[in-house]
Amino acid sequence: MKVPATDPNTMDAPTPDDALHLVKGEGPIVAADGRPLKASLRRALRREKLRALGLVAPLLIFVLVSFIAPIADMLFRSVENQIVADTLPRTVAALEDWDYSSGEAPGEDVFAAFYVDLSEAVALKTHTRLGTRLNYEMTGMSSLFRKTGRRVGRFDTDIYADQFAALDPAWKDGAAWMEMMSAPGIESVLPETASAWQSWLRILENEGDDPAEETPADFVFTMLYRDLARGADVSAYNGPGADRLAAAAAAVGGFETVSIKEQFLKADKDWGDPEVWGVIQTFSPPYTPGYFLAAVDLKLTPHGIEKQPEEQQIYVMLFNRTLFMSLVITGACILLGYPVAYLLSSLPLRTSNILMILVLLPFWTSLLVRTSAWKVLLQQQGVINDILVWLGLVDDANRLILINNQTGTIIAMTHILLPFMILPLYSVMKTIPPSYMRAAKSLGATNWTAFWRVYFPQSVPGIGAGSILVFILAIGYYITPELVGGTSGTFISNRIAYHISSSLNWGLAAALGTILLGVVLILYWLYDRIVGIDNVSLG
Amino acid sequence: MAAEASDDAFVVFERVQKSYDGETLVVKDLNLSIGKGEFLTMLGPSGSGKTTCLMMLAGFETATHGDIRLGGVSINNIPPHKRGIGMVFQNYALFPHMTVAENLSFPLEVRGMDKATREEKVKRALDMVQMGEFGGRRPAQLSGGQQQRIALARALVFEPELVLMDEPLGALDKQLREHMQFEIKHLHERLGITVVYVTHDQTEALTMSDRVAVFNDGVIQQLDPPDVLYEEPQNSFVAQFIGENNTLEGTIEAIENGIARVRLDHGELIDAVPVNVNKVGERTRVSIRPERVEYNPERMPPDAHTVRAEVLEFIYMGDIYRTRLNVAGNENFIIKTRNAPDQRRLKPGEVIEVGWRPQDCRALDA
Repeated sequence: MKVPATDPNTMDAPTPDDALHLVKGEGPIVAADGRPLKASLRRALRREKLRALGLVAPLLIFVLVSFIAPIADMLFRSVENQIVADTLPRTVAALEDWDYSSGEAPGEDVFAAFYVDLSEAVALKTHTRLGTRLNYEMTGMSSLFRKTGRRVGRFDTDIYADQFAALDPAWKDGAAWMEMMSAPGIESVLPETASAWQSWLRILENEGDDPAEETPADFVFTMLYRDLARGADVSAYNGPGADRLAAAAAAVGGFETVSIKEQFLKADKDWGDPEVWGVIQTFSPPYTPGYFLAAVDLKLTPHGIEKQPEEQQIYVMLFNRTLFMSLVITGACILLGYPVAYLLSSLPLRTSNILMILVLLPFWTSLLVRTSAWKVLLQQQGVINDILVWLGLVDDANRLILINNQTGTIIAMTHILLPFMILPLYSVMKTIPPSYMRAAKSLGATNWTAFWRVYFPQSVPGIGAGSILVFILAIGYYITPELVGGTSGTFISNRIAYHISSSLNWGLAAALGTILLGVVLILYWLYDRIVGIDNVSLG
Repeated sequence: MAAEASDDAFVVFERVQKSYDGETLVVKDLNLSIGKGEFLTMLGPSGSGKTTCLMMLAGFETATHGDIRLGGVSINNIPPHKRGIGMVFQNYALFPHMTVAENLSFPLEVRGMDKATREEKVKRALDMVQMGEFGGRRPAQLSGGQQQRIALARALVFEPELVLMDEPLGALDKQLREHMQFEIKHLHERLGITVVYVTHDQTEALTMSDRVAVFNDGVIQQLDPPDVLYEEPQNSFVAQFIGENNTLEGTIEAIENGIARVRLDHGELIDAVPVNVNKVGERTRVSIRPERVEYNPERMPPDAHTVRAEVLEFIYMGDIYRTRLNVAGNENFIIKTRNAPDQRRLKPGEVIEVGWRPQDCRALDA
């Protein structure tokens, strides 16, 4: 415990720095080459820093690519919601004018926009994904989209194509359309048609067809009719096919029409439900708090933020359970690990090595094997129950339920995480010289007082390190609760895994994971405030 | 070499033995009594059993055999915390998580003293070691010497009658060590406490102690005040261990009138005081202190015994000259002479006559 007198307060001799001042006198100090000393020191340090950076660069890049980037991407998914605006761009724009509180489904314009969007989505097969996404917010959305997707190609809107073709057969000619739609200024004359034409081009590109050889789909004709019926200023257009367009514009007044809204309602009457449109409108922005709200048993509805129905509120309870059980496991690890670490640190080296191997042995065994072994031990017809029954401590009819509940998770996880408590404790205890206990006893302290007042405070950094390690590992544990936890002993991570691999609701999984990460960081911060992170020693 | 248990003995070791492995004795049949207010030093090389003795006294080791008494009461079965012995450890063992004042307060707290008394006593103890200002600091913020003082104050704050010190100055540099030696010595004199001090540094032992017990191989070789120990070592181990020493080997030719005639292996015949040799023909080591050898003919005592010597090396050491000679075949024969204005510096290669008084020359066991 010898402390050299390097403390500036205890030294009265000049430090090397002072000495320079003393020698050079006042004014900035200059290095041998005439540059200011500070500048050349910075230069020298920079070179060293660059060298250090070069040494860690490979690891840094590896961590960045394999750890930081995926996590950042995953966290980003918890708020990302571009799928609605990407799949239904026109509908989202059209819905801006619609007021949900009116209590009525939107008008023909929205349905027209939706018709084009959905037609493109069906052809590109993206409508089912959108349906799945919206189904998280409202059940039935997935099947609604799927069902309508099958119908949308068979809408009665084919009458428009026929009526235009009756005016001039060239309307059925893809090459003529091509020519007209690529003329400058057409977008301002026929905005909806031009927009629908772009969708048509994307569909054909996806299928590998040449637009010059294909008759455009019904939705293109429908949009053409809408543009003309609205009284488009066709005289402003004088490109190819201007005559044909002018003739059509003159004739549309007499066309037989069909309501797109009616068509959708015929396909599924749910499209008349303002709730459906409310959900689409609510989730149209590219970023949404919806996943985070769902992760704390709330939901974003067109009316605002609401509680989830009682039977679907599970996440807050799961978070609480995860925190509580992690605390219990950490506490159990301290209670079981402290005496072992104490013994390890006080035994002679040869004996303590053997004991240390026993502590580490589970480390070298597969996690899965150990957890499965607990299944064998803990089940109702398992070893522990058999022994208890044989000893007569437990009645054969009332065997203890030790597995597939919280007890099972706590027992198995305490066992698995115990080495993470023992090792930091041991490495701290080993540095506590036995002379402290002797000194305390020679000063009149009983064994217990000497331990509690002198030894224990010095082992606290080990408890801190072990607890942080065990708690953080426990809070994110997955395999063991999955195998021995049943329904009452599972953790939030099991739910995250479910959303990642079964329900495929990655956004919610990401939100749950982000909250978990946030909780850990907050606890870490609290620990730093209360105990001080400097008091943590890993040896 | 058993010290008779006198009436005023405060600490008594009686036939104490200690073995760790059941095969070898670390302490063999120790008998020692320490008077009240005495400063006794246990001196010896490492592994000589001195620290084991101290630990048995403190209660951290149990004696395998024998009896240890403190103030007339056997303490063999009293646990360390009930012995009321103050102890200063080699590395001070100041509790790092407590401030200096809390460290000092600890022994008072466990004795159930109230706060006012504790503060009073802590302040007094800190002032005693001139550390009054440092009560609020942590041990790690103190220098080695300051920590040493605090450790001393902590061992004294509960006013024990007996204080044990286990090489307390070992970690300090030379200058600080010498300074602390005097401080400990003065504290001992002022407080009148009994001190048992363990060290392997013989100058420390000689400077501070009332009596020194020289340990070797689990046995006390000699127990005497410092001057007796230095001037009249009882065997060649003590002569070698305490101070510098020249030895010449030879055989006893005659012992008469308290003078031994020794025929050196080189051929010379010299006189010596027989210490633990008693028969003719016995092998002996003759011991002469370097500073008792004279080469200046004007200062040579009249009854001196002179021998021819060749100067091999001359070392100037400031206050003294240190000269290495070849005397009677021993090429490591050292003489030390004070650096006085009239002193002559010898030159390597010179052949001179060196001499000493027969009473400064002791014939010891070989």
